[in-house]
Amino acid sequence: MPDAKPKPIETAKMMKRIMADHFREADAASREAGKKLAWCTSVGPAELLHAMGFTVYFPENHAAMLGATRTATDHIPKANAIGYSPDICSYLTADVGAHLAGKTPLQDAYGLTGIPKPHVLVYNTNQCRDVKDWFAFYARKWNVPLVGVESFRGVGDVTKEHVDSIAGQLRAMVPELERIAGRKLDLDRFREVVKESRETSRLWRETLETAAHKPSPLTFFDGTIHMGPAVVLRGLPVANEYYRALLQELRGRIDGKVAAVDGERHRLYWDGMPVWGRLREMAVQFLGLKTCVVASTYCSSWIFDALDPAEPFESMARAYTELFIVRDDQYKERYIRRMCEQFSADGIIWHDAKTCPNNSNNRYGMPERLSQALGRPFVAFNGDLNDLRCYSDEQVKTQFEAFVEQLAGG
Amino acid sequence: MMSEDTAPPRSPEAPPAGRLYAGIDVGSAATKAVLLSEDGRLVGHHVRRSGADLVAAAETVLDLALAEIGAPRSSIVRIVSTGFGRTVVPGAQQTRTEIACHARGAYHHFPMAITVIDVGGQDNKVIRLAADGRQLGFRMNRKCAAGTGAFLEEIAHRLDVGLGELDLLARQAENRSIRIGSYCTVFAATEVLSRIRAGAGLPELAYAAFESVAQRVLETGHAEGPIVLTGGVAEHSPMLVEILDQKLGTPPLVPPFAQCCGALGAALFARDGGGTP
Ligand code: SF4
Repeated sequence: MPDAKPKPIETAKMMKRIMADHFREADAASREAGKKLAWCTSVGPAELLHAMGFTVYFPENHAAMLGATRTATDHIPKANAIGYSPDICSYLTADVGAHLAGKTPLQDAYGLTGIPKPHVLVYNTNQCRDVKDWFAFYARKWNVPLVGVESFRGVGDVTKEHVDSIAGQLRAMVPELERIAGRKLDLDRFREVVKESRETSRLWRETLETAAHKPSPLTFFDGTIHMGPAVVLRGLPVANEYYRALLQELRGRIDGKVAAVDGERHRLYWDGMPVWGRLREMAVQFLGLKTCVVASTYCSSWIFDALDPAEPFESMARAYTELFIVRDDQYKERYIRRMCEQFSADGIIWHDAKTCPNNSNNRYGMPERLSQALGRPFVAFNGDLNDLRCYSDEQVKTQFEAFVEQLAGG
Repeated sequence: MMSEDTAPPRSPEAPPAGRLYAGIDVGSAATKAVLLSEDGRLVGHHVRRSGADLVAAAETVLDLALAEIGAPRSSIVRIVSTGFGRTVVPGAQQTRTEIACHARGAYHHFPMAITVIDVGGQDNKVIRLAADGRQLGFRMNRKCAAGTGAFLEEIAHRLDVGLGELDLLARQAENRSIRIGSYCTVFAATEVLSRIRAGAGLPELAYAAFESVAQRVLETGHAEGPIVLTGGVAEHSPMLVEILDQKLGTPPLVPPFAQCCGALGAALFARDGGGTP
C-alpha cells in the first residue's frame, strides 16, 4: 500500500504568496534608498522595529529553510571549520556555513541573489546566547550595528523587576534605532503595531487550539509550516488576514468532520524542536500509524498573551519574558501538563536536539516526572533541528512505531 | 558466534506437527528465524549474518529453519517480521518493531513484571513490562556503538582476537579492575592501545570490554524488577551476564535462545494473528 499523503491545507497557497512578498520586501529594504532592514531574533522585539519603519527579517526562519531543504548539513561543516563547534546551534552553523558558501534557498524559491544585508541586527537572549553570537558574526563581517536585550533565563514568576529591566533595555535601544532608521519613534504607531501583534498572537492561538478537537483538523507538522507568518509577519495586518483565512478552513474541517489524520487513534504532544529535514517523513509515518501529533511547545511559543497597546514597552517586556523557553522547570512542567490535558494527548514525544539544549527539555528528568504525574507514557529520541549528521532515520522511526505499539497495547 | 549455514543445530522440541508460525528478525548484524507449532512450541530456529542482502538473509534463515525440521514452506500459516530490516521480508503478513517483539518473547518465558534488556549488534534497548505483559516504557541507546555488539567487535579487532574468543579470554582475567572509560568506540580503542603499551594483558582488556558494555547498558534506562537479558551478546557471552549479575546484585534471567528472542516474539504475534496458509 502506498504511503498516505498529508492532507493539503488550501490556505497554504496564500502563505506562499505572502512569504514571497516578505522576502522580496526584505531584499528591497536592504538595497533601496530610504528603506531600512533590521534582522531580528524570532522572539526579539519585532514590534518596536516595525513601529520604526524597519522591514524585519528573521534569520531563524532562513535557517529552518536550510534545514527543510536539507541543505543545512552540507553547509554546517563550513562553519565548523572556521571555529563554530558542531555542538552549538545548528541554525547558526547552517546559516553561517551557507553564507560562507554563497548559498541560500531564497535564490531558488524567490529569486533573491543572496540573504538580505541588514542595517541593524537586533537580538534578544531570552531564547539562548547563540542568537547573539550568530548576529555578532554578521556584525563583524558587514560592520553593521548590533543591539539587543540581555534577558533573564530560568524565570519562575515574572516579576515587576524582570519587566522593568527588560522594558528599560528596550527603551535604551530606541536612540540607536532612531539614528539608523533616520526617524523618531512614533508612539501611536508603536501602539498600533503592538495591537496588531496581539491580534496575530490571538489568531495563532485559536488556530492551534482547533487541534483540541477530536479528531484534530491539524497536525504539529502542519503547524511548523503555518507558523511562518506568526513568526515573521506578526504585527502586520497581512498576518492577521492569513490566520483568519486559515482558521476558517480549519473550522470548516471540524464542521465537515475532516481529520488531519484519517482514523485518528492516538494523540501525542511534541516537546522540542522539529527535525526540519524530516518533517514530511514524520508526517507520513504518523499518518500510517493513525496517530496525530496534536500540539507542541514549539508552535505555541509564538503566542504572546501579554501584549497590550496601552503599555507597549512593558507589555513587550512581559510577553517576551513569559515565554516557555525563558522559564524554570517547574513552570515548564505545569505548562506541558496543562497542554496535554487541553489537547487530550495520550503521550509525549521529547526531541533531544543535539545542538539546542535550550529547546531540549528532557535532560533533567522531566519526561519521567511528567509521565508519572500524568499517567501517560513518553518516548525521547536523539536528533537535531538541522544537523542530520546527528540523526538516525531507522532508530527514530522504530522508536515512534514502538511507542504507538505501546499505546495500542495499553 | 553464529552459524554460517552449515549443519544447522537441531532445535529442542522437534519434530513439529502441522501448521507453523514464523517470526523473522532481520537485525543489523544477524538475521534470525523462529518456527512455532500451533500449540506454541518452538520447533525450529536458525541464525545467520545479515550481510548486505537482507532479503536473501531472511529467505535463507527461514528455509534453513524449515529444512532443519523437514517441514515444507506451505506449512507456514503466517509470518511476522521484525528488526531493522523488517519491511523487506518476503511473505511477511505483518511487521512489528523489535521492541515489541523482544518484550513479547521475553514475557513468554518470564510472565511477570520484568525489565527486558536487549543487547543487539548495533543498539541496545531497555523495555519495562507490567505483570500483565503490558509495555510501560522503553529506551534505546544513544546513536553510538557504546553498549552494543559493535563495540565488542571493535575491541576484539583491536586485540586481534575473534569475537567468539573474547568471552573465553575475559574469563581468564586475573585483574578485573581495569576499566575502559570512553563512550566513544574510537576513543575506547585508543584507550585499549595505551593500556597494552602500559602492560595490561589481553584477558584484562577483554574483561574491561564486557564491563564497559554492562555499564553502558545499565545507563540506557532504569531497570526495575527481574532483568531479562536478550540478544546475541547475552546468548554468547556468559561474561556479560556474570558482570551484570555483580552490578545488579541479582543474576539476570536469560531465556533459551536469547539471540532469537525477537524472532520468537514475532512468531508469537504471528500465532496471535491466525489466518490460513
Ligand atoms: S533556541 Fe536553540 S535553535 Fe533557537 S537559536 Fe537558540 S540554540 Fe538555536
